[in-house]
Amino acid sequence: MTSLPTLAMQNQINAPSFEYAQLAPMLIVFGAAIVGVLIEAFLPRPARRIPQLVVAIAGLVVALLWIVGVPGVSDGLRGTRHVAAVGAIGIDGPGLFLQGLILALSLVAVLLAAERGADGEEPFVAQASAVPGSAAERAATRAGITQTEVLPLMMFAVGGMMMFVVANDLITMFVGLEVLSLPLYLLCALARRRRLLSQEAALKYFLLGGFSSAFFVYGIALLYGYAGTVRLSGIADAVSGHCDASAIGGQCETVLAAGRTDALLLIGMGLLGVGLLFKIGAVPFHVWKPDVYQGAPTPITGFMAAAVMVAAFGALVRVFYVAFFDMRWDWRPAMWAVAIVTMLIGSIVAITQTDMKRMLAYSSIAHAGFILTGLVATSAAGLSATLFYLAAYGFVTLGAFAVITLVRDAGGEATHLSRWAGLGKRSPVVAGVFALFLLAFAGIPLTSGFTAKYSVFLAAMDGGATPLVIIGLISSAIAAFFYVRVIVLMFFSDPPLTAPTVAFPSVLTVVAVTVGLAVTVFLGVYPQPVLDLANGIGPFVR
Amino acid sequence: MSGDFPWLTVIGAVPLVGAVLVMLVPRSRPRLAKQLALLVSVVTAGLAIAMATQYDTGAAGYQFVEKHEWIPAFGVSYALGVDGIALVLIALAVILVPIVILASWHDADPVVIAASADGDLPPKRPVRTFFALILVLETMMIGVFAAIDVFLFYVFFEAMLIPMYFLIGSFGGVRRSYAAVKFLLYSLFGGLLMLAAVIGLFVVAKDQLGTGTFDFSTLTGAIQNGQLEIDPVIEKLLFAGFFIAFAIKAPLVPFHTWLPDAAAEATPGSAVLMVGVLDKVGTFGMLRYCLLLFPAASRYFTPLVIVLAVVGILYGALLAIGQTDIKRLIAYTSISHFGFIALGVFAFTTQAQSGSTLYMVNHGFSTAALFLIAGFLISRGGSRLIADYGGVQSVAPVLAGTFLIAGLSTLSLPGLSPFVSEFLVLVGTFTRYQVAAVLAALGMILAAVYVLWLYQRAMNGPVAGRAHGLGDLNRREMWAVVPLLAVIVALGVYPQPVLDVINPAVSGTLEHVGVTDPQPTVSTSTQPQGVQP
Repeated sequence: MTSLPTLAMQNQINAPSFEYAQLAPMLIVFGAAIVGVLIEAFLPRPARRIPQLVVAIAGLVVALLWIVGVPGVSDGLRGTRHVAAVGAIGIDGPGLFLQGLILALSLVAVLLAAERGADGEEPFVAQASAVPGSAAERAATRAGITQTEVLPLMMFAVGGMMMFVVANDLITMFVGLEVLSLPLYLLCALARRRRLLSQEAALKYFLLGGFSSAFFVYGIALLYGYAGTVRLSGIADAVSGHCDASAIGGQCETVLAAGRTDALLLIGMGLLGVGLLFKIGAVPFHVWKPDVYQGAPTPITGFMAAAVMVAAFGALVRVFYVAFFDMRWDWRPAMWAVAIVTMLIGSIVAITQTDMKRMLAYSSIAHAGFILTGLVATSAAGLSATLFYLAAYGFVTLGAFAVITLVRDAGGEATHLSRWAGLGKRSPVVAGVFALFLLAFAGIPLTSGFTAKYSVFLAAMDGGATPLVIIGLISSAIAAFFYVRVIVLMFFSDPPLTAPTVAFPSVLTVVAVTVGLAVTVFLGVYPQPVLDLANGIGPFVR
Repeated sequence: MSGDFPWLTVIGAVPLVGAVLVMLVPRSRPRLAKQLALLVSVVTAGLAIAMATQYDTGAAGYQFVEKHEWIPAFGVSYALGVDGIALVLIALAVILVPIVILASWHDADPVVIAASADGDLPPKRPVRTFFALILVLETMMIGVFAAIDVFLFYVFFEAMLIPMYFLIGSFGGVRRSYAAVKFLLYSLFGGLLMLAAVIGLFVVAKDQLGTGTFDFSTLTGAIQNGQLEIDPVIEKLLFAGFFIAFAIKAPLVPFHTWLPDAAAEATPGSAVLMVGVLDKVGTFGMLRYCLLLFPAASRYFTPLVIVLAVVGILYGALLAIGQTDIKRLIAYTSISHFGFIALGVFAFTTQAQSGSTLYMVNHGFSTAALFLIAGFLISRGGSRLIADYGGVQSVAPVLAGTFLIAGLSTLSLPGLSPFVSEFLVLVGTFTRYQVAAVLAALGMILAAVYVLWLYQRAMNGPVAGRAHGLGDLNRREMWAVVPLLAVIVALGVYPQPVLDVINPAVSGTLEHVGVTDPQPTVSTSTQPQGVQP
């Protein structure tokens, strides 16, 4: 069998075959993004908003339906797995689950980003220098200079995330990482209000993100030096001492003869890990998160907190479960340490925050720690628990940020905690919904947060990480304090004299909040279908 | 009715549906909301009593069992069923709720609250919310006692906190927000420790039984026939996880500090439900979950628990004597009484455990009477301080008289129901732990001090302070209090029907623990037959 291709290749170059059906979801999203760019180029300014929204939503919905509905693809969700695109992409259950989740979350985030408040106010700046309410801004608005590029940028980021979670080699993964990151750097800078904070956030995110990308690439280089391949399965083989000649271009002997030094592997693994842990915001690579979450426009913050978290965890789990699985005795202690400090620092520092978005940023750090306990389990149960947690957390956090966009005063969103005092008396429904999201964050039974926390902790304890679970529960208790504090503030305190009003939301935000709420309750009360799905997806492709 | 009728689900669902209906009542018609809530709670109580009449005291195991798959991935099922212990506690809950609703008729009204706090409080949430929350809480209370799946029990145990939290935080006194947060954080912390133990139990069961399960009968059956042998160290840790959660809930010293704050700041009605029913989940959990799931660890920790219980009895009583605030005083008396209940549970004799279970019920009724009547006094006088009253007896004789009966029941006067249970606990404990029983008996003397001294200061003597011109109990308040006092007297004179329901479950528990106990019934077998309850 091995000699046949060699003969055939003598006189012709075989065109690589692409499994378009498998790659279609990504292609659809990238296609929608490009159509969005074309709309920017050819349609007059005032006429762009609706087509942009339609194209973005249609792209996401079609891609999602493709994953769920097209027989050859949706089989992957039930455990069928294969590589595609000449081995660069791995189509498998976890990958498709994550892609579907990213699409679903992005759909909600796009609705939020397209929201124009009752006063026609967009969350995004018209021109970089325009101060809200200034003559310059009015002029820009009159001229119709509104940032409809936001949606194509988001679509590119979504495409990058989808690529990130199914990348089967490190170079493809790096491309995915950059495609998802670059639009986000830009989007962070677009907040209409509090421009300086927003620009600072973008710059900080860009610099630190660039830095972490460098770590990631350096890690790839060292791992290539170690294994002679960037294919995840090739690295796994190298780690376990096998050598698959076809995977690394027939240089098995030289690679093996050269004698592998574990130093390259360990350093490479560490650097790759740093790059990925940066994206999920694990301590000590978390410092960007509070600033960026606070400064970015709230819909984008929600998008990052939900979809980027999913994508980054997807890639992290894939790399450590496929390429480094046989090294787990080396990396598990490090992940233990990272998970412990992430949970503790996230929950403790969140207590001192006075800004809602910063508080949720630290909460997101703490949750990253909880999800890491699922990774540390290094078992099939750990994988499905991680995926379930991501699904549960993504919708809760998007819903929470959606509510934050609604509570406004003259200066835009009222994100200072004290401004939320007494909200429960003035707007019981909005405050009630937000309280439910907070209870889900805190992991109270009958919300999705509880089911998710339960499943990762169960997997971790089953995998022998009992101390981690205990620390996780202590952190949950600490975290409960600041979630409860917000509930106290909303329901049991007096409203301030100039209390913020709750903006009357348009149908877009209503849908976003409703979806978040429905998923939160559904996964809390009847999680079995999604658990079945997460348990039945099988392992990663190799 | 047929044996398949899902009694427990229906009884649990009625208040929940009722809560939704109450929330649908327009804000402008608070009276209708109250009437509806009262009607729903009476219907629930009626259904529960109808169920209780069908309970077969002779049959072993759980009755009215319903079982449906819920989250098979976690081995969790929606499984309900009652034994004698759960049945009497559900009966306690459903009887107290209508009484509380009747007694709290005006507690959520904005005017009254403003008056009691010198008009300085922010406007309240709508009246209907208060009554809807009570009904939601009733569902959770029924669920927590009826669950026979460990996971389901945990879900109700935690979810129960949320309505209680809003009841304290939205409708209580001046420092209600502080008290509500303290209550929630203590309980959440305990709950999370228990969660660790719940997960650990599942992992252990999965390792040893092949499939993980939370089904309580399966677990206890496997423990009894030796299929499930938990490593002693792990068993102790799991026991500790459950026990601390229950000790915070009950509350036992040293986990008790949240209770006085929460009970004092809550409205009297909420305090009744909290101390009378919610906290019983702690002692119920010790009896049901700690003892049956971890029999060896329970025996190992018995000396520690007995010490904590005795300390609690005396410490709670001493602190009660020193209180200046009527509601805090009642809260401390409860801490003392929870010591008695825990003592009886861990004395491992039939009398003591039957006494403890009976005490849970009796304490529920007598504390309810005490809290509600004290609440009537406070709502009239506008102060919680004992020093602000004097000679109430002569201006409001019925109020003072009912308060005296409730107080005497708290100090276990023979003829009133707590006496029977306290006596059983002490006798049962004495057969095994003489010193503990003697020390605990001192608690009865201290009880006489705090009750009678309270009565003497507030009710006797010349009319003083805010007692001037106090009105006596009105008809609504009489309707709330008289049934309570009637139950207290009835159970004091003739407790046998309740004991008949409780005893089989208690002997089953002891038998279960005894299987792994080398000398389980030595002390009971040496007792004279006549002492058998």
